[in-house]
Amino acid sequence: MNSGGQPSRRSQPLVELQSLEELWFQVSGTLCNLSCTHCFISCNPKNDSFGFLDLETVRRYLAESRALGVKEYYFTGGEPFLNHDMLPILDETLQLGPASVLTNATVFRGNTIAELRRITQRSSYSLEIRVSIDGYEAAMNDPLRGKGTFAAAMKGVDQLVEAGFLPIITMVQTWPEEKTLEVFTRFAGELRRRGYSRPRIKILPALRIGMEESRTHGYLPEERITTEMMEGYDPNDLLCSHSRIVTDRGVAVCPILIEAPGAHLGKRLADSLQPFPVVHSACYTCYLYGTICANTGATLGADR
Amino acid sequence: MNSHDKRSKIALFGGIYSNYLALEVAINDARSRGAQELYCLGDLGAFGPHPDRVFPLLRENEVNTLAGNYDDSLARGLEDCQCGYTDPRDNHFARISYRYTFENTSKENKEWLGRLPQEIRFEIGGQKVLLCHGSPRRMNEFLWESTTPDHFLDKLLRDHEADAVFATHTGIKWSRRLSGNKLFANVGVLGRPANDGAPQVWYTLVEMHDSVLEVTSVPVSYDHVSLAREMHAEGLPDEFIATIETGWWTTCLEVLPMKERLRGKW
Repeated sequence: MNSGGQPSRRSQPLVELQSLEELWFQVSGTLCNLSCTHCFISCNPKNDSFGFLDLETVRRYLAESRALGVKEYYFTGGEPFLNHDMLPILDETLQLGPASVLTNATVFRGNTIAELRRITQRSSYSLEIRVSIDGYEAAMNDPLRGKGTFAAAMKGVDQLVEAGFLPIITMVQTWPEEKTLEVFTRFAGELRRRGYSRPRIKILPALRIGMEESRTHGYLPEERITTEMMEGYDPNDLLCSHSRIVTDRGVAVCPILIEAPGAHLGKRLADSLQPFPVVHSACYTCYLYGTICANTGATLGADR
Repeated sequence: MNSHDKRSKIALFGGIYSNYLALEVAINDARSRGAQELYCLGDLGAFGPHPDRVFPLLRENEVNTLAGNYDDSLARGLEDCQCGYTDPRDNHFARISYRYTFENTSKENKEWLGRLPQEIRFEIGGQKVLLCHGSPRRMNEFLWESTTPDHFLDKLLRDHEADAVFATHTGIKWSRRLSGNKLFANVGVLGRPANDGAPQVWYTLVEMHDSVLEVTSVPVSYDHVSLAREMHAEGLPDEFIATIETGWWTTCLEVLPMKERLRGKW
């Protein structure tokens, strides 16, 4: 099985794009200052298989997105704040609509947070900052994300909170299901102890592709969406029914599958609106947990 | 489509959430301000006490009512309210609220909820008006002011062939004038305060002025102390009662975007 899983020939469940609501940008490609052992697209400081998007490129897609009625914009990587155009990109985006940026909060430069604050204040739309931290203490987080990353990310969170942001902490679930509520509660407690009085926490299921496939295991051959499984299922729960992602190679179906065969749909948004066959292994996780990537998608597996 | 050309002023009530005391005041207030037609945009039950007390007020006062997600769930006997929460604490309180409302809504009223339309359309002065609960395309869609771009609303109105769309569901009122003088407004809710630190609740008046639809948010002061007392007597959570008393939301907070969340206390 390759990193995206082999498309199955036995059935081809197709998901229509109902409307393009969330437009994602792979704004720093696969380049990241960290090398997390569970990264589903194996980002690291040397992985330049996908490159940065510059302001002009983002601007072009923003313009195209307006006629399509896009509702929200998301920026991911890699680490978005490695991209030196990130602040002007967010500034322009927030003149048009709400934006979310997915960061590890370890590379903020001297003026980054002050600039983010200024950008937010001059927009009527919300800027959500999602910070990836995979445990409520270093002993839980650092084996996954690297030595010292818990302290560095929490420092970033402290700075964001101090500047008036309400960052959304996102954790990939790497613990048994029955521990979820305890992990959630302990992390909320730790954040409150540090002065974040109303912590927002989102828990994501692990995607068993990329680095995570070798850290644990990949998907079993039977873990695929079939045509039969789509009967009576609300396709709105699948990201591909309302999202696309811009990369430096063009438009792909979703942020999870940028390395998967067949996931790249065209150069323009208009070229990417066709139905997508949800035959990749990671589609199975999206099917089980619902729209996992959006801010208001699934949080606790235990709650579903 | 009904023609409302003879009517120049209408009142729109958002989620009632069993707050029959506020509904009664709002109906009288709207009438005294000259509203010729009254509408309710769904979610009759939830949160408050004695859900069955809302129904006679709506019927006797001929309030044109459409179905919200709560009404749909009650009518179909679903397991939950379809509010769209994803946080465990929010879902915990949503379950308490739904169980209480389900158990205290009569069979006849549930059947009545099952007959409500999902949208109401009419014209005022040639303007095509569409009333819905969450959005014209999804009953439980959250359309917050800080996460709903103009170009998204332009397309939504175009797709649904409306000049003005009115919704509720989120619980916080806002309105925006769009290109071509089109209009989107969230009419607020009568069921609980707008997370602004004041116990009053809100409804919306819509009036035609010089061929333009104008929106006015109207505050409703009602006997919130009695409502809180009744909620307490019914064993509803202290968190709900605190919201009625203080005007600050204490639950259902995790669906709020950052800008709306920052305006509240919790």
